[in-house]
Amino acid sequence: MENYSSTKDMYSFDEMEFTYDSAKRRSPALEELFSIIRYRDLIYQLVRRDIVARYKRSILGVLWTMLQPLGMMIVMSIVFSQLFGHVKGYSAYLLSGLIAWTFFSQTTTAAIHQIVWGGSLIRRIYLPLTAFSISSVGTGVVNLLLSVIPLLLIMLIVQRPITWAILFIPIPILLLTAFSLGVGLILSAFAVHFPDIKEMYQIIIQAWMYLTPILYPADIIPEAYRNWVLYLNPMYYLISMFRTTIYDGALPASDILLIGTAISLTTLLVGWVYFSSQMDDFAYIA
Amino acid sequence: MKPVIILENISVKYRAHEESIKTFKEYAIQLLKRNVKIKEFHALTNVDLQVNEGEIVGVIGRNGAGKSTLLKVISRVLIPTDGRVRLRGRVSPLLELGAGFHPELTGRENIFLNGTLLGHSRRELESRLPEIIEFAELDAFIDAPLRTYSSGMVARLGFSIATTWRPEILILDEILSVGDEAFRTKCKTRMAKYRDEGASTLLVAHDMNTIGTLCSRAVWLDHGEVKAMGPAKEVVSIYRQSQPVKK
Repeated sequence: MENYSSTKDMYSFDEMEFTYDSAKRRSPALEELFSIIRYRDLIYQLVRRDIVARYKRSILGVLWTMLQPLGMMIVMSIVFSQLFGHVKGYSAYLLSGLIAWTFFSQTTTAAIHQIVWGGSLIRRIYLPLTAFSISSVGTGVVNLLLSVIPLLLIMLIVQRPITWAILFIPIPILLLTAFSLGVGLILSAFAVHFPDIKEMYQIIIQAWMYLTPILYPADIIPEAYRNWVLYLNPMYYLISMFRTTIYDGALPASDILLIGTAISLTTLLVGWVYFSSQMDDFAYIA
Repeated sequence: MKPVIILENISVKYRAHEESIKTFKEYAIQLLKRNVKIKEFHALTNVDLQVNEGEIVGVIGRNGAGKSTLLKVISRVLIPTDGRVRLRGRVSPLLELGAGFHPELTGRENIFLNGTLLGHSRRELESRLPEIIEFAELDAFIDAPLRTYSSGMVARLGFSIATTWRPEILILDEILSVGDEAFRTKCKTRMAKYRDEGASTLLVAHDMNTIGTLCSRAVWLDHGEVKAMGPAKEVVSIYRQSQPVKK
């Protein structure tokens, strides 16, 4: 029986011509980065699918994205405005926090759903797996930008001045995006092993929301608890940054900006490196 | 002869929990009981294979012999536990027709979604769009939502997108079972054309006559190991002789 031509022959050609060599892989995190850049059109298609498919068969279409946080804000305003009457333009305060929080909770939850949905694909075709988390965050950004419109409307109604500080808003949005992507990547790496992370995360995120000053002002938290509830809570920095530029019409304080940036970028880096290190196993498990 | 696929000493070991642990809750409980045992399953063991330019190589073996695992390693879905894979050129994505199709999107929108999942850019897809639609025979329905398509129409669209670009490495898993007889013939013609143009082919089939007539060489996989490799007719006859004994 003849084996392949001869062992000598196997090594005699120019190795540079190979387009893929499993022995010459760079670090997984870098490899994934290059791969996702090549697949950038896929991100656009996945985001487009999420948005188009969601609204295709509804009469109000994209309006829902704006009505949903608005509806929640109205209900909460009615319930809590008695309690927090001293907050000027409470509806605007509430809505600005709610929009930022919704972005975080929706995109991280979507990242888990996407990787579970993609499970059957992962086993059949090659694709950069961070695409699922990135597209979840991408869809979230579109929704976030759309819900800024009703927020501006509420600002006008409750007569809060809109200032030039709003031009700074891309920075808090970018930092929220980086943080959410990092968390989404870590969660979806877990979710490949254990799909019930989804249910567990829903409980965590509920508790986390009430521990973050979204529907109440930060100053009602007693001094003794501030370390725990505020200063160790990444979302405190990110939400207050977002809120300051719109609701307060001012630029965020430099310490909040600094800590928020450090937290977001670290989370993204850790999430990316961790996800990439786990990635090779996904096709074995999924 | 240029090699387009070189597999050296490839092993794939699946690690599974001995008891099926599906949720984090179960995992935590089993972990506390110190009950987590890992079971190893060797899907491929020390497989060497070289496929040269323009060659058609058949892969035979019983179910569970590691044929699909081998194809997954070549299409980069699985990174082998051990060994080295080298590939020259693009591998056809035939393992999954119509990956990620969404029922609410139109046929045209799904071409872009599926095409980018397979690694094509939007520009590439735009330039080949008429050709894709024409081959799938869907001119009249391309802007209708996919949920209104028959299963044959969906399969035709999937096949058309997957095969519009000529790959350097063609993977054919089992006999094509897409659409009606006429469309199947059309698919086979396209595959044959790519083969003639020099694409190397890896053909997995249960029909030994197909392997014997189409392939120049064949590999027989058994329990994840290469049992025999060489001229297709020889391997097929050894394989056939071995079968009744096992019954």
